[in-house]
Amino acid sequence: FFVFFTEEERRVRANDREYNEKFQYASNCIMTSKYNIITFLPVNLFEQFQEVANTYFLFLLILQLIPQISSLSWFTTIVPLVLVLSITAVKDATDDYFRHKSDNQVNNRQSQVLIGGILQKEKWMNVRVGDIIKLENNQFVAADLLLLSSSEPHSLCYIETAELDGETNMKVRQSLSVTSELGDPNNLAQFDGEVVCEPPNNKLDRFCGTLYWKDCKYPLSNQNMLLRGCVLRNTESCYGLVIFAGPDTKLMQNSGRTKFKRTSIDRLMNTLVLWIFGFLVCMGVILAIGNAVWEKEVGALFQSFLPWDPPVDNFLFSAFLSFWSYVIILNTVVPISLYVSVEVIRLGHSYFINWDRRMFCSRSNTAAEARTTTLNEELGQVEYIFSDKTGTLTQNIMTFNKCSINGRAYGEVMDILGAQQKRVQPLDFTAWNPLADRDFCFYDQSLLEAVMVGEPAVHEFLRVLSLCHTVMSEEKREGVLVYKAQSPDEGALVTAARNFGFVFRSRTPGTVTTHELGKAVTYTLLAILDFNNIRKRMSVIVRNPEGRIRLYCKGADTVLFERLHSCNHELMNITSDHLNEYAGDGLRTLALAYRDLSEEQWEAWAERFRGADKATDCRDDRLAAVYEEIEQDMMLLGATAVEDKLQDGVPETIAILSLANIKIWVLTGDKQETAVNIGYSCKMLTDDMTEIFIVNGHTVQSVREELRKSRERMLESARTRDGGKEAPPSSLLESISGEFALIISGHSLAHALEADMEREFLETACACRAVICCRVTPLQKALVVELVKRHKKAVTLAIGDGANDVSMIKTAHIGVGISGQEGIQAVLASDYSFSQFRFLQRLLLVHGRWSYLRMCRFLCYFFYKNFAFTMVHFWFGFFCGFSAQTVYDQYFITLYNIVYTSLPVLAMGIFDQDVPEQRSLEYPKLYEPGQLNLLFNKREFFICIAQGIYTSVVLFFIPYGVLSHATQSNGVPLADYQTFAVTTATALVIVVSVQIALDTGYWTAINHFFIWGSLGTYFTILFAMHSSILFNIFPKQFHFLGSAHNTLGQPVVWLTIALATVISIAPVLAFRFLKLDLKPQLSDTVRNTQLVLQKKRKPGGRVGRGSRRSGYAFAHQEGFGELITSGKNMRLSSMALATFASRHSSSWIDTLRRKKHANSTGAQNTPPTGEDSAASSQTPPLSTSSSAAGKAGQACNEPVLTHSPDDIALSVIRCPEREVGECSTGTVQVNIHLKTSSSTNCILWG
Amino acid sequence: MMASSYNAKDEDGHHPGSVGSGGPGAVKSKKPDNTAFKQQRLPAWQPILTAGTVLPAFFMIGLIFIPIGIGLLVTSNNIKEFEVRAVAIATSYSCECASLNNRNSPRTKDFSNVFMYYGLSNFYQNHRRYVKSRDDSQLNGDKSSLLNPSKECEPYRTSDKKSIAPCGAIANSLFNDTLELFYIHPNGSRIAIHLVKTGIAWWTDKHVKFRNPGENNNNLSIVFQDTSKPVNWRKPVYELDPSDPDNNGFINEDFIVWMRTAALPTFRKLYRIIQKKKDNMTPTLPPGNYSLEVIYNYPVRSFDGRKRMILSTISWMGGKNPFLGIAYITVGSVCFFLGVVLLIIHHKYGNRNNNADIPN
Repeated sequence: FFVFFTEEERRVRANDREYNEKFQYASNCIMTSKYNIITFLPVNLFEQFQEVANTYFLFLLILQLIPQISSLSWFTTIVPLVLVLSITAVKDATDDYFRHKSDNQVNNRQSQVLIGGILQKEKWMNVRVGDIIKLENNQFVAADLLLLSSSEPHSLCYIETAELDGETNMKVRQSLSVTSELGDPNNLAQFDGEVVCEPPNNKLDRFCGTLYWKDCKYPLSNQNMLLRGCVLRNTESCYGLVIFAGPDTKLMQNSGRTKFKRTSIDRLMNTLVLWIFGFLVCMGVILAIGNAVWEKEVGALFQSFLPWDPPVDNFLFSAFLSFWSYVIILNTVVPISLYVSVEVIRLGHSYFINWDRRMFCSRSNTAAEARTTTLNEELGQVEYIFSDKTGTLTQNIMTFNKCSINGRAYGEVMDILGAQQKRVQPLDFTAWNPLADRDFCFYDQSLLEAVMVGEPAVHEFLRVLSLCHTVMSEEKREGVLVYKAQSPDEGALVTAARNFGFVFRSRTPGTVTTHELGKAVTYTLLAILDFNNIRKRMSVIVRNPEGRIRLYCKGADTVLFERLHSCNHELMNITSDHLNEYAGDGLRTLALAYRDLSEEQWEAWAERFRGADKATDCRDDRLAAVYEEIEQDMMLLGATAVEDKLQDGVPETIAILSLANIKIWVLTGDKQETAVNIGYSCKMLTDDMTEIFIVNGHTVQSVREELRKSRERMLESARTRDGGKEAPPSSLLESISGEFALIISGHSLAHALEADMEREFLETACACRAVICCRVTPLQKALVVELVKRHKKAVTLAIGDGANDVSMIKTAHIGVGISGQEGIQAVLASDYSFSQFRFLQRLLLVHGRWSYLRMCRFLCYFFYKNFAFTMVHFWFGFFCGFSAQTVYDQYFITLYNIVYTSLPVLAMGIFDQDVPEQRSLEYPKLYEPGQLNLLFNKREFFICIAQGIYTSVVLFFIPYGVLSHATQSNGVPLADYQTFAVTTATALVIVVSVQIALDTGYWTAINHFFIWGSLGTYFTILFAMHSSILFNIFPKQFHFLGSAHNTLGQPVVWLTIALATVISIAPVLAFRFLKLDLKPQLSDTVRNTQLVLQKKRKPGGRVGRGSRRSGYAFAHQEGFGELITSGKNMRLSSMALATFASRHSSSWIDTLRRKKHANSTGAQNTPPTGEDSAASSQTPPLSTSSSAAGKAGQACNEPVLTHSPDDIALSVIRCPEREVGECSTGTVQVNIHLKTSSSTNCILWG
Repeated sequence: MMASSYNAKDEDGHHPGSVGSGGPGAVKSKKPDNTAFKQQRLPAWQPILTAGTVLPAFFMIGLIFIPIGIGLLVTSNNIKEFEVRAVAIATSYSCECASLNNRNSPRTKDFSNVFMYYGLSNFYQNHRRYVKSRDDSQLNGDKSSLLNPSKECEPYRTSDKKSIAPCGAIANSLFNDTLELFYIHPNGSRIAIHLVKTGIAWWTDKHVKFRNPGENNNNLSIVFQDTSKPVNWRKPVYELDPSDPDNNGFINEDFIVWMRTAALPTFRKLYRIIQKKKDNMTPTLPPGNYSLEVIYNYPVRSFDGRKRMILSTISWMGGKNPFLGIAYITVGSVCFFLGVVLLIIHHKYGNRNNNADIPN
């Protein structure tokens, strides 16, 4: 019998294949491939013909088979169609081949299966549900298993789930105690328990089932499961029962097909193609009407020479057929090669991203990867970036930086010494502590001294660090410890304790062994009161070798301080001062405390704890309550401060991106203080911002109120800035930008994202230059992105590295994954991946910009050339009785799009550059045309179309005018059809080639080759096809015999072609020149300066060196100097700034910073110190309304600039007409080029 | 410049915080190749439209086109062309001789050949159904096509169960008027002017494209015996020019000329050549009165067509063609004018060279 059913529950009996086979569970063989050799052709063709374009061409092909309609031979459509289909098919086949390969590789992995009491080697694909398999250390888990027993005590088993959820830390799984006794294969072979559980699903963290064995029921949870994709670690071997296999495993259930993303250009293109279809139908109708009239007025009379074809008996029927004939010959306005060419170009761009050395990180040995090849041009249009914080902006590397023990602060050495003497030697721990971690750096000698002296508080402090954690340690060789920590903070703290002599060595479920100042101590671990987000603390209760019981606790200061003993008041105050200071520095803080417990207290509590632990309902709440009971009256020890290191180049990247008018929103799960601090350190928030709004309300009303207030404040300040002028309030919010920042917390966000408030929130947030959302859940991240995507017609980009960013990455138009420390989940979901946040500027400003530019130029030209080509038929229609006679030879029609004109435009689409890559990083404003969608939109499209139609008019009527009377020099008239066809075709090829030459801005050897090559190919093929050799073989097919010789040998023909070319191109040339001359785009200006620069260079002979740093700079906003030197961000990243100062490069930030110092400390150019920055922060920040002249003057007084005035070439370039709020008057940029110095200096104010 | 400074940092690879993840050293670097192609640094020529290139280009076009245009116009004007609208008088389908005593007949002093054309207007030789209605392999002398012509020839494919040779609408509508030119001597006598009827088709057409079937068989009537003549024809194809075997059958030049379909509904076709006198001293057609006699066979009235006869001389650039010269002069002038306008605009409003207004 055969039953179709959706599985409602799964029943698996161990070691009973017969029983399990009844249910027809999926086998463990996975198949991600789509085709096999037999099904490939039909399935692939079926898929391809689901594309509208392909079906359309198939339809045309069928039309062409009807002789009365066919105005073109069948091959004019089938050749390109077959070409396109086969290119796609080859691509699909290759993809599928690799899928087959990887499937095979996975399916053929070996595993040990218990069959008939004996372990046998089996391929993975032969593993069945219900089998018991044995896993060994470092093996991949073959299927979703129920852990039965393991070699480790308590049947524990450690697994790494990186492939599954991206988390690299180890997780513990434990088998049921009843099954853990089934140690050896013989017992296991007898095991006949039956598992009843939920059907296959994709929830990684949940499993619900029951084991029935020997008339008993045992509940099963996720804790008992080993999922496919995990790796067994630190466990010698284990046995598991296969519950889900192959496609039913959670891994496979999760690898759903990602949603296909389309770019806005794609959507526009589809709309335009539809419009073109409409246009095509209109043309067809016009010509059909013409045909009806003609057949009635002329054709009917002409019948003595040209009777109607048999089925046609009246002019209306003839018109109907003529309509379809014209649909066929005019179909080339939507060339079939369009979609393929677009794909090829995108593929090329993707490869350029993959090949970019400047997006390669040698540290992690990863190059950037374009995982999706279809989104490249959208990278040039991004307006909003949503960034995760941890691991994206920061390195997710925690370093133990400072601590406060018993009221004394350690680790402050940096601030005292100042930036100049920053090269303090880190302490050398290894001398006295062989177990120390060499990578650990700490600079303050006094803490080490305190440890040596034996201060009890310090010892106790370090003991907490070494005991109170959930880190696993692995000792590969004696003395070489590797810690595996759940969170990097914890790892940093344990490592710190380790280096100061309190080495955590190993743990068992019941003990923790440490090495305290050289001697081994083993503590009995009585309880772990684990961390969670609500408790914000964790504790351990241990019994030391002397038998004393102590609770050690570490947690968030706010939580911990509430639970301290009252005698700690004074210490608490001091510590809180320290904590405030640390928080101000952007460090992550934890407070540490302990509590002594008497034996009775412990016993009593342990009883309650067991009660709560066994509870079946509300277990978590009960446990929390029990924990709460014991974590009271604690004694404060001190606090730690861990630095969350920023990734390289983050502030510069953010500065450049915001200069490019990209808004950056940080969405983080961190708490507000940390997020704000990171905001400052990466220069999203600055001190000279007019106001930073913090929305922190817990109720709908308060959130609404706070949002409203901030909007009012913005309007108010905008009014005062405008000198009290009343601007229309509606547009006002749009126009303000840059001066405000919004910080909103997760619970407020929950309210703000509700349907009735989301608009308000969005309006407020979009008026701000920086938005930071803290404490947000992964879902909220996606919601925020979705909100912006929905209401703003803007391209969004989400960047993140962790599993919690996946939803956001999938939601945004473009998802970028940081292939860093937290695993691969985000990368797998992303469209682009690289390992450093700073590569984003290159991805967007260089690759994205170029891709967009190239794609736009490609599309413009592509539509142009096809209209120029096709519309000639339309004009000819009026002279050939609307009979759908083509102007060109049918081979020309076949080859025009795929041979004669395809490669030059592809080369342009792949290689074109308007400005060199360095320039687009120097002038981020160059990015703006993409955001505003200026280069290809409906208007540009119509211009292209108009140009194409104009060209077609010229191409038809000029030969018409000339040839209708012309004769060859031997008297034979030139007005025959074939001569006319050859002349027009040649003129067309030459005109579009000249046009592509004009459009190509970057002539590489490839462009030369393709453009000249295409022309050459055209003439070669032309002469070949018109040769007598081909004619003698196929007299019916190649009837243009001799036309090429007879036509192209005539000077008149060449004069005609030259005339048509000039008439077609000259207006374009004039128009482009005028545009360039009167309204130059920034890119034109940059390009031009580049040219001038090169020209100036050449006679001087100073080519090459230093060109990268040559000094044309446009900055468009003021304020980065202030930003950097003001106290606020100094205090966080004094270290980072110090590295700036020491760097040889003269980045503009550096220059601005120096200039600022020069201003604030008189004319001397002192290196920045702490005092310096303090001084500068006291000078009032320059207000935006101060006069341009004043600032420019100020800038000119800058000492760096004055050394050789003769060499300063000044040029002024008018700002592109758009002003984005920050410059309220016409902005003038002053570009100062210092020819002698290699440094770049820029002054720029409006 | 920023990116380059980062790059340097990448190279040294030193990082205090990085805990050795993965095997050091042994891993092969995935760093992309440093080739100009992959790094998009291919050397390239980057042309820019500047005043320095565009304006001279316009002036150049102007300066080149105007002289060419003048030259073309002069040449064209030197060509003598004479046209007779012959159709107006003809009404019936009978053999009627229209003789013309023209007042201003060609008084050409030209010493080169004079070409005689017939012209038709409103005749759609470029109609799709017309254009395709032929069988090139039949015309190329293919035996099987001769007896079994292509379907494209319908409805002129067979008649009386015999295949038509040559088949198709084009052949069927062959122009079959006969034109003769007489010089009317001042003394009143009519001297027939010798009209050469070969050399009027493309060489490739005559020698490659059109072949009589049975190449070696000189007796065309046998070759064509199983075929029938096109319905509109009065005589079969092998009697087109019985006097000259090299101009008979499919390779008859009048026929070939007709088969080369015109691109436009108004067209002219070369009919005869009046060869120049051998002595090179007297004009080909001396000044005087001429009479054109048309044996009127070809009906054009039904579809409102018109017939013409044209006599023309030829220059290096072909026949009289004032359009090209005028177009060149116009385009040249427009370009020149445009150049001037652009120059003025550039000087007055152009954004290039005004680096005067630096604030302070």
